[in-house]
Amino acid sequence: MRQRPLSPHIGVYKFAYTMATSIVHRATGVVLSVGLLALAGWLIAAASGPEAYAIAVAILGGAFGQLLLAGWLVAFSYHLFNGLRHLNWDLGRGLEKHEARHSAAIVVVATLLLAGAFIYAAFFAGVPR
Amino acid sequence: MSLRSPLGKVLGRGSAKQGVSHWWMQRVTSIALIPLTLWFAYQVVHLPTANYDEVRAWVASGFTPVWLLLFIGAVAWHSSLGVQVVIEDYIPNKAAKVSALLASTFLHIVVVVAGSYAVLRIAFTTFSAG
Repeated sequence: MRQRPLSPHIGVYKFAYTMATSIVHRATGVVLSVGLLALAGWLIAAASGPEAYAIAVAILGGAFGQLLLAGWLVAFSYHLFNGLRHLNWDLGRGLEKHEARHSAAIVVVATLLLAGAFIYAAFFAGVPR
Repeated sequence: MSLRSPLGKVLGRGSAKQGVSHWWMQRVTSIALIPLTLWFAYQVVHLPTANYDEVRAWVASGFTPVWLLLFIGAVAWHSSLGVQVVIEDYIPNKAAKVSALLASTFLHIVVVVAGSYAVLRIAFTTFSAG
């Protein structure tokens, strides 16, 4: 590729935790896109018959599969709340630095609460797996 | 003097000539997904997912197939727009970038068609009390 001059990038800025909340939004989005593949696979297995569904249960019901499901619940909770933060910015609200730092903290706390509730319901509330 | 109307000048701006449609649809799908994803996550964490018959009965019950189809469509659309931006941002090599964009587009379409077919097949072949 042609070498062109580049404008200053992330390295020139002092780290602020709102940077982390920004890149994590992207990362959780990609993680959830992978989850979409699992969702389709799960539905296709359920539509294909008991033998196919047993394979899906063996994969998603194993230790690694359960870890993935818990991870998707956390990723979803974060992407939901940070997405609401983005929609609020799109209305032109909350764009000041101190407001962005404040809303980032709210997103992290709300994520822990919602993901905790989902993980409790999924793994500890006695629903047979 | 230009004979182009002000509207004609602003429609389809940007390097992809799509105007604001990508940005706008990302927001439209995100708003639709607030209730749909919360509904889906709530349902799935309370569903005995290891039980084949109970999962199929849930998929086929009431208006669940409608919500599932809307959910799959909105998620795939939103995901396709998001993954597109990630690919465009992080893959500088043009051949690799275009290949990845094509693969992502095709994969998302396959997910929508196959996932929707699975939901409909379960709905039309399972008879539940719900």
